Formats: sequence, structure tokens, C-alpha cells
Amino acid sequence: MSDALRTPLHERHLALGARMAPFAGWDMPIQYSGVREEHRAVRAACGIFDVSHMGQIGVRGPDAAAFLQATLTNDIDALAVGDGQYTLVCREDGGVIDDLIVYRLGEDEFLIVCNAANVDPVHTWIAGRATPGAVVTNRSPQFAMLALQGSEWEAALAPVADDGLDAVLALRYFQVIETTLAGARSLVARTGYTGEPGVEIMCPTDAAPAIWDALMAGAHAPSPAGLAARDTLRLEMGYPLYGQELSLTRTPIEAGLKWACALDTTFCGVEVMRTQAADGTAERLCMFELTEPGIPRTGCAVLVGDDVVGQVTSGSLSPSADIGFGMAYVRSDLTPVGTDLVIDIRGKRKGAHTRPRPLIDTSPKKED
Amino acid sequence: MADETYPQDLRYHTEHDWVRVDGADAVFGITWYAQDALGEVVYFDPPAVGTSVTKDASYGELESVKAVSDIIAPASGEVVAVNDGMQAKPETVNDDPYGDGWLIRVRLSDPSELDALMDVDAYKAYISGL
Repeated sequence: MSDALRTPLHERHLALGARMAPFAGWDMPIQYSGVREEHRAVRAACGIFDVSHMGQIGVRGPDAAAFLQATLTNDIDALAVGDGQYTLVCREDGGVIDDLIVYRLGEDEFLIVCNAANVDPVHTWIAGRATPGAVVTNRSPQFAMLALQGSEWEAALAPVADDGLDAVLALRYFQVIETTLAGARSLVARTGYTGEPGVEIMCPTDAAPAIWDALMAGAHAPSPAGLAARDTLRLEMGYPLYGQELSLTRTPIEAGLKWACALDTTFCGVEVMRTQAADGTAERLCMFELTEPGIPRTGCAVLVGDDVVGQVTSGSLSPSADIGFGMAYVRSDLTPVGTDLVIDIRGKRKGAHTRPRPLIDTSPKKED
Repeated sequence: MADETYPQDLRYHTEHDWVRVDGADAVFGITWYAQDALGEVVYFDPPAVGTSVTKDASYGELESVKAVSDIIAPASGEVVAVNDGMQAKPETVNDDPYGDGWLIRVRLSDPSELDALMDVDAYKAYISGL
């Protein structure tokens, strides 16, 4: 692990006794007290995640908006300054290079947040297609990134909010502002990967330890949560993960992400997606739950009778509902909610059925 | 989670399983080291009573939220009981790996197999080198 990248909070994780492991070239905290306890702390109160491994790519210039409209799947023109959206970057054949959040920081300035493992492919793809009026910069080294997730995020954030909380509280989902946190100008966005209300913070890399320390010293300090809890939280919501549900061999239409593809605009891969949206695809991503004990895992075959009809992309035991569940690509005619399936878990056949996403309803807390 | 301990009265297998001889039977479980590596156990898939287990072969599975792990038999024999408490509360193996977190009880077919297992000092030396 000597060549693994370290976030600016590495020593904090070690001091907390975190179990560290390599992830996308980084030495990252997988868990602290335990994945179930961390997961439930996020659902019940508030957790803090170090996601500094995530990448940031800046695009600015007079042609930035037009260039991104032609490069990303969602409708960039729908973004006012201070707005963000979920979007994807795809090849001409519709294969997903990465899923992203793009923020409009200024009329001609955008910031893309991409997965850690995909910083180079996304930067290379976007920079390689950029027009002279759109300057693409890999800004990943400039930023550390923290996620505060859970219904008590406001109280957790208060100790570092030098400018007060009013502007942050006024943000709608996916909006972003620049504000001062523990003395450092930072971006705060109403986004996350857990299904809970909260914010993601992008701060200067060298400011992250002071922000972390001030948050953890607060009266309503969040519970540190690792990448293992981040994975079970996102999976309960049915959020796709690149490398599992998304890849170069899957399109956003197969993944159920048509809502993030503005098919009435022109972007790389749109022709394939229009055709798939009109004609359907052989397989589609669905969520399923087991009807008996067991834990499905990535790669398990999905069966109807003795026929293989799909494959599990992610599976776990839900720390919230204590049932085995997951997501799988299955034959499209089998995706309607309530369809009976069998999951082959290392040779044992377990009953399952398709179900709506998310697995658990987090909406009541969002009405606070 | 329990504190790190390795009782004197057990024999240990390199796959981090322990055996406690109890008359003609032996009780199998996993060590503190094994449960710590697994993390919180959420599912125990035991063998059926009456089936045979074979030394050095898998006889069941323990799963954490993130991973599944085979459980290796430290000796051969016939399963005479499985710990129902572990199926109801799998995290018991984290809380009490040598007591309430035992896994199966086996009628040994060849008790001399136990001679090849490590005693506590040998096992502690073994894990300190991992």
C-alpha cells in the first residue's frame, strides 16, 4: 500500500481505529465501529464520510455550456448558476464512461464530480473533445470532499459555518453555494449518495483537517462512516455504482437512467439511447429482495426455472430492513414489480421477487 | 465486540478455527482473529445435522455485510448439533466467539487428527506472523 494515495484525513481515520483498504488507488476507511452501526447512524441522525478520493473536473469558457450539452447526457441548459444535476458521460455506442454530478458555478464555469476510479478516463474523454472555447482542467488535487448525511446534518454543520447556515438551508436539492467553512472558502452542495438529507463539501485539500476537527468537536458531531456503509446506504436507495451497475457495456437506458438523459437534445450516444428508449432493451436493471434468508452477492445468477435470465450486480443484507436484497440486470419482460425470480447463491437457490426502488422510504425525514 | 483472547484449552487450525474436545464430541468455532477479520457477522449457513464434515474442507459459511467466508473444519466427523442461537443472532460470534458463538458439535471420526492442530502458544505465534 506504500504507493496508495492518502486523503488529507488519513491520520484522523487511523486515530479513530478505522479499517483501511485500497479503493480506486486510495487507502480509504472502509469502516470504523462497524458497517451496520454506521449505516443506522446515518439513517437515524448524521454520518460523515471522507470522499476525498472523488474527482473534480473544471470546464470553463464561453463555449463551456454548449460543449457540455454535446458531451453529457442531461440537459445542461436547465441549470441556472448555483444548480447541479445528475448526469452521465457516454461513448457513441451509449456505453457509460462514468456517472457524474455537474454544478454550474458561473454562467461559463462548471464543476464535474466523478468517481475516483474514473478521473483519468473522464478527464481524457472530456478534454479530448473540448472545443477552443471550453477549457478543461483536472481540479481533483485541489479539493478534499466530505459528505454530511442524515437528518441532523444542519446541527452537525453549524460549528464550521462561518457565514451562518441560512444560505445553505436555502439550497434546494442539488444546488451549490460557495461559503466559508472553518476559515476556508468551500463549496457546499445539497447532494449525497445515501438517500438522506445532507450536504457534500468540497474544500481546499489543506483545509480539510481543520474542518473535520471542528465538525467532530461539535455538540452534534456526526458519526464517522466508511465506504462499506456508503455502499449499503446507496444500495438501499437503488443508486447505481460505477463498476457494478454501470460500465462501458451498459447504457443509461438499460440502467433505468432515462430520466438523466435529455433525449430531445444532441449529445454523444443519443442516437443509440433514442433507439433503445423507443424499442426497449434486452435487459434492464431492477431491484429485488429475497423471500427467504440469504445474502445475494455480485455475480450471482438470476434464474427462472433453470434458465439464467440475468446477473446480480450488487447485493447485501439491508442494515435497515435485515433482508437480503440487491440489484440485477434481468430480461426486460421480468422487471415488472412483483415478478418471481430465483437467485443462485453459490449453488443454493433462493426465492426472490422484483420490487420498487428504494428498498426503504426515507421521505418522512426529508419533510423536517 | 469481545476483547482479543485465545483460550488455553483449545486446539487451533491455520484457517482460524478452534476445537474444544468434550468427551466423544468436539465443538467447533472460529477464533477472535477470524471474527475480527470478517467484521460483524450477519448470517450463518450451517451444515445439516447428520452430515459429515472433512478436515481442511469447508462445512459452512459466515457472512458479514460485505463478504462471505467459508468455515474450515479443523477435524473430520459427523455433525451432531448446530448452534441455533447463531442462526437467530449471528453477531453472537463477534461478541463471544469461544462461548455462545460456537458453531457446530461433531462426533470425531479420527481424534488423532487433533494432534496436527496448534496449541494456543503456537497459534499466537502463527497469527503474530501474519
